[in-house]
Amino acid sequence: MKKLSLIALAISLASASFAQSDKYVSAMKGNIAQIDSASMEKGTELANNFERIGDAEKTQWLPYYYAAYCTIIQGMVEQDASKKDAIADKAKGFIDKAEAILGKENSETDVIKAMIATVYMTVDPQSRYMTYGPQIKELTEKSKSLDSTNPRPLLLQAENTFYTPEAYGGGKDVAKPLFDKASALNEAFKPETEISPNWGGPAIKYFLSQYK
Amino acid sequence: MFGLYHKLIYYCDKFTNMNRLLVLPLLLLSITGTAQIKISGKITDNHNKILQGISISIKDSYDGATSDSAGSYSFITTEKGAHILSVSATGYKPFEQNIDITTTPISINISLKEEITELKAVVITAGAFEASDQKRASALSPIDIVTTASANGDITNAIKTLPGTQQVGESEGLFVRGGTATETKIFIDGTLVNKFFYSSEPDLATRGRFNPFLFKGTLFSSGGYSALYGQALSSVLLLESIDLPEKTSADVGMSYLGLNAGIQKLSKNKKSSWGFTYAYTNLSLVYNFIKQKLDYFKVPVLNEGDANFRIKTSKTGMIKYFGSFSTTNVGFRNHDVDSLTMKDAFGLKNLYMYHNLSWKEKIGHDWKLNFGTSYSTNHDDITGEFQDGENKKQLLMGAPLYANKNFGLVNKGQYANAKVVFEKRLFNVSTLKVGSEYNYSNETANYTQYDGTKYPQTIKENIFSGFAETNIYVTNDLAAEIGVRTEHSQLLGKWNIAPRLSLAYKLQDNSQFSLAYGIFYQDPERKYLPSINQLHFAQATHYIAQYQKITNERTFRTEIFYKKYKDLFKTGLNGYNNFTAINNDGFGDAKGIEFFWRDKKTIKNVDYWISYSYLDTKRDFLNYPFAIEPSFATKHTASLVIKKFVTNLKTQFNASYTYATGRPYYNINYDNTTNKYKIFDEGHTNDYNDLSLSVNYLPSIGKPKAKSFTVFVLSLTNVLGFNKTYTYNFSANNQNKVAVTPPSKRFLYLGCFISFGIDRSQDEINNHL
Repeated sequence: MKKLSLIALAISLASASFAQSDKYVSAMKGNIAQIDSASMEKGTELANNFERIGDAEKTQWLPYYYAAYCTIIQGMVEQDASKKDAIADKAKGFIDKAEAILGKENSETDVIKAMIATVYMTVDPQSRYMTYGPQIKELTEKSKSLDSTNPRPLLLQAENTFYTPEAYGGGKDVAKPLFDKASALNEAFKPETEISPNWGGPAIKYFLSQYK
Repeated sequence: MFGLYHKLIYYCDKFTNMNRLLVLPLLLLSITGTAQIKISGKITDNHNKILQGISISIKDSYDGATSDSAGSYSFITTEKGAHILSVSATGYKPFEQNIDITTTPISINISLKEEITELKAVVITAGAFEASDQKRASALSPIDIVTTASANGDITNAIKTLPGTQQVGESEGLFVRGGTATETKIFIDGTLVNKFFYSSEPDLATRGRFNPFLFKGTLFSSGGYSALYGQALSSVLLLESIDLPEKTSADVGMSYLGLNAGIQKLSKNKKSSWGFTYAYTNLSLVYNFIKQKLDYFKVPVLNEGDANFRIKTSKTGMIKYFGSFSTTNVGFRNHDVDSLTMKDAFGLKNLYMYHNLSWKEKIGHDWKLNFGTSYSTNHDDITGEFQDGENKKQLLMGAPLYANKNFGLVNKGQYANAKVVFEKRLFNVSTLKVGSEYNYSNETANYTQYDGTKYPQTIKENIFSGFAETNIYVTNDLAAEIGVRTEHSQLLGKWNIAPRLSLAYKLQDNSQFSLAYGIFYQDPERKYLPSINQLHFAQATHYIAQYQKITNERTFRTEIFYKKYKDLFKTGLNGYNNFTAINNDGFGDAKGIEFFWRDKKTIKNVDYWISYSYLDTKRDFLNYPFAIEPSFATKHTASLVIKKFVTNLKTQFNASYTYATGRPYYNINYDNTTNKYKIFDEGHTNDYNDLSLSVNYLPSIGKPKAKSFTVFVLSLTNVLGFNKTYTYNFSANNQNKVAVTPPSKRFLYLGCFISFGIDRSQDEINNHL
């Protein structure tokens, strides 16, 4: 709590007086710091914040990446299936923009795309699995292959396995080694910059705590 | 990849716990050094409804805010001078306003104009049951069809659990809202399918030729359908074939009916695929096991094969080919209705070929092209023999009634269809479709009488059609589909013009009202031709009103309809053939109400639907002496279909129950004293009841590393052994009456399917998430 406030304070004080790139980095940091503590309503607000930064910067892929992340998380927790498509469409719009700026896909954008495919699928699993099931798998694998040190594709895979019934080859026990591996990767993971994707730690801890 | 809903438990946990951390960030933003101006206001839509979560910003700056639950926004900016305040939100037209930031706070209330989008816009649904469409709620998917206990894997049998259909068991096809089976036409990828069902056998309903897994989408319209379709007085069933397979795979199937094997190969770049399957069916084992009412001297044997290729031509373009052939050979004896000891022996050999090629592509900016063509040939070689108790042929030349039961009939048909539709996007999501269709048929019937006299006959028909249809979206909540179709029949030498109109209005909470109106025309059935008189099209006018509410996992739908028939074909005596169309003096009507309820939510792992149809219909057509309730219609029909997946047993249990009130039956015969058709006997059959069960066992579930996937299927129809009488046959002298019943009381199916590559269990599992 204390730490967070200090960080936020530092960011706020810094934002007005520094140069453009510092303004960008600090604005990003300020918003990123809020992601893990965000409520659901705040998720939209954060996505909007990131979108504004992205629109203003025009050449940075990370704002749109985070806008997509904040949006798709909402899609995952949305209980009304009829709203999920619109949310996933929105997230897809953001990640497409991020990739357009990057000029390619990378390990992190593939994780978001796998999450988007997951949300599309859960709207109507019965008729959509054939389309999105293989996509989720493919994107997760591609993400791993593009960066074998990235814990996030493993986290996604582990979570999905965790919630898959045992009868279908999933379950707690099967997911355990995946969480362990994700945890090990997460410990070792060094984000490229201070605003590069580095989320997932709390989720891994949460799931591992389920085994105690 | 399952159970992701459960994730929310984790996320919700997390977010509520962390809420207390959310204190400072916004406050802190205001502690910056330079002069700050507050910009605030309220965001609503054009109906003055509060909009939450909308992003507002000063263009090209980081400054902005998100509207809260009261629609209010407020933020502090350090920008100065002329700027643009901008709002962009999905579903609304972009908003921009010039502002000048000086030293005073700015207050701007914003009203966003709704944009008409495909996502939000009402879908026109009157008359139609749309299934499996990705973006819409589904009614019946391929998995739904094969897990409907009473369907036995047959598409139209599954459709018969939906409202509007009749439980006619003595002949194939869909009898919809007081219409005959020939009033329903079936289309694959927009193109008419001739001979969708296996060739008719007396008093038996044959199955459809096509496997449900060939189609990703099914649209069943029980009336009021689009101007893109014609030559169907009652109903259309639109099947949309699957796209590229997800993976290369091979399938093998075994059942006590036969064997099948197939392969689907997806190219490395995932842009094209090809595949073929072959199936051999031989019912001798089945008929040893299940006692048949008929005496089979040639147990049904079928050889069938199909092949396909699909090529992705662009991001949205696709070429698909599907072709199949099948041969059937069957022969059986049944008791003759006109005599006590004699038998009628029926033999049928059939060769059928079908080819369908379709191409869809985006052409230019706002145009789409849909092209489809199909070609099929059908060859029936039918024999009839009048046999004694020893199964010896009896000619009885002196008694024409009996002698005529010895005959040969060779039917040859060639059919070609083509259809092209150009679709132009107009303003918002409104569209205009224009196109044309061509249907060619050339059917030859060579009838050989008992004495060897041949009566060859050829009927050729060329129908040219043109159509235009526009979908106009007035708002997201109100849409109209206005279409017109015109057809020219070379056979009849006549034109027709058929207007179609549908409206849909969306209310709050996912419910909507729809209305549909249309005029529909149809040619006479070939078996009633050639006629000695000049005929024209038979005609039906539909009026439909619908209310529908679709929420997450639940569907409720009710429809009332009125259908007026006019110019139906009457038949009369014409030489040796007493079933020849003689005029268009027939007429009739049908009205009713239908309900449908599907619920996948209330009971965990249980999916069920209930349908009820009330039908009040009368018609005068064919040899009916006056307007009567036709023998293929009954007042009340209800179905209940339930499916439950038991995870621990890796097994799905399916049950379906159908009830229908008895249908009327008539003995209509030519009365030589009055020289008119007369009803010599009439009545109602007993009520129809059927309870069917099926079980699918998927042992490979839980072995994620398994290279193959296996499904066992066991199904049993009419479990409780209800007596089903579909109708009655009458002897020529009106003295004898024989019930038409199913060939066996129950039917048991046992089979096993193994798939290498694709894990088809995912269908099953996700069906029950």
